[in-house]
Amino acid sequence: MSAENKVIPPVVFTQDELGWVSWIDPLPEAELTERHFSGLVDRARAKSEYFRLLVRDPEVLEARTKTDKDIFYNTADGLPRAERELAAAATSRYNGCIYCASVHARFASTYSKRGDDVQRLLDEGVGADLGERWNAVVKASVALAATPIAFGPDNIEELRRAGLDDAEIVDVINGASFFNWANRLMLSLGEPSK
Amino acid sequence: MGTKDIIDTLAGIEPGSALDTIRARRLQARENAQKSYLSLFEPIDASDFSLAERAAVAAFVTGLHGESPVAAFYREKLAVNADGAALFEAIKAEIERGKTSGPYGAFPAGPLSVENKAGLIYRVSTERRPALGARLVAALEHAHLLVFRPRDAASSDMKALLAAGWSNTGIVTFSQLVAFLSFQVRVVTGLRVLGASLGRTANAASGA
Repeated sequence: MSAENKVIPPVVFTQDELGWVSWIDPLPEAELTERHFSGLVDRARAKSEYFRLLVRDPEVLEARTKTDKDIFYNTADGLPRAERELAAAATSRYNGCIYCASVHARFASTYSKRGDDVQRLLDEGVGADLGERWNAVVKASVALAATPIAFGPDNIEELRRAGLDDAEIVDVINGASFFNWANRLMLSLGEPSK
Repeated sequence: MGTKDIIDTLAGIEPGSALDTIRARRLQARENAQKSYLSLFEPIDASDFSLAERAAVAAFVTGLHGESPVAAFYREKLAVNADGAALFEAIKAEIERGKTSGPYGAFPAGPLSVENKAGLIYRVSTERRPALGARLVAALEHAHLLVFRPRDAASSDMKALLAAGWSNTGIVTFSQLVAFLSFQVRVVTGLRVLGASLGRTANAASGA
């Protein structure tokens, strides 16, 4: 929040790399103890303002980080990584988290090689027509993000018709639900900057 | 872990069921969703955010999502908390006042402004402010924002919490708690819907 960190907020959804600036004080790197490093899981995260803020509660951060990693990176017997990232990007687009959407739209593009479709999700919003399978994943993610939650039997049917089995549907539920956690932290504790 | 898995309990997932088997393939996620719950509701240090405050915020947040086994679970947690029981009626009344549909809110001024959606800016009722106290009043108002209009969040909202007596660390844990519940209530709903559809499929296959 010092002068050289002048915030330039993005005003559109983008796949570009963005920064993130905290509105309250992260822990200084020099004050981190072993308890904090356990919470960070990856020591390199000590360089990130976001993680040095969340590490004020190391136990919650550690459990959250490990939940996140398994939901997104453990692709054994389940949904391809690209479609987990799509669920994360769609949830972020719908909730309005420009920072989260930028990161996970980028991952969705990398893993799917469908960068133009991902960009249409960002530009047009969650109603963009991305083909049956992706539409079903986006629609399920949006229904889960609504409050009250709008996810129902029709979403399950659409996902099945699009070729997802039950384990893959659980991956959609986990991935989309997790971003209702992530979006709220990113949106409320600080802001993105170009 | 001694405690029964909270998501399985709330979603009605029985050991040996199809969903139990599927969840077992994401063991680290399952165990750490549980650890997240435990570190938020049975923390090693509650000095920045008391257990009664955690129960009150949890009952409010899950109640705002509508009646469900999750809402009933956190309402019960508040009712049995020695300091929380006195807040119970006030929280129930504030849930009813706060119910609406989200997400809504404003985007940064620019091309996305056409997607701005107006909605309730919730404030705790004047009559219940004394019973809840300044810290919880600020917490409920911010929790409502996080539930329904997170994209409206601004640095002034952090200042409001600090002014009401929340520490930086307390704000982090409080934000995690609301955000975690936003995850938990959705996983439970999703798994319940999927579980119900499996029941129907099984019945259809057996000719029922």
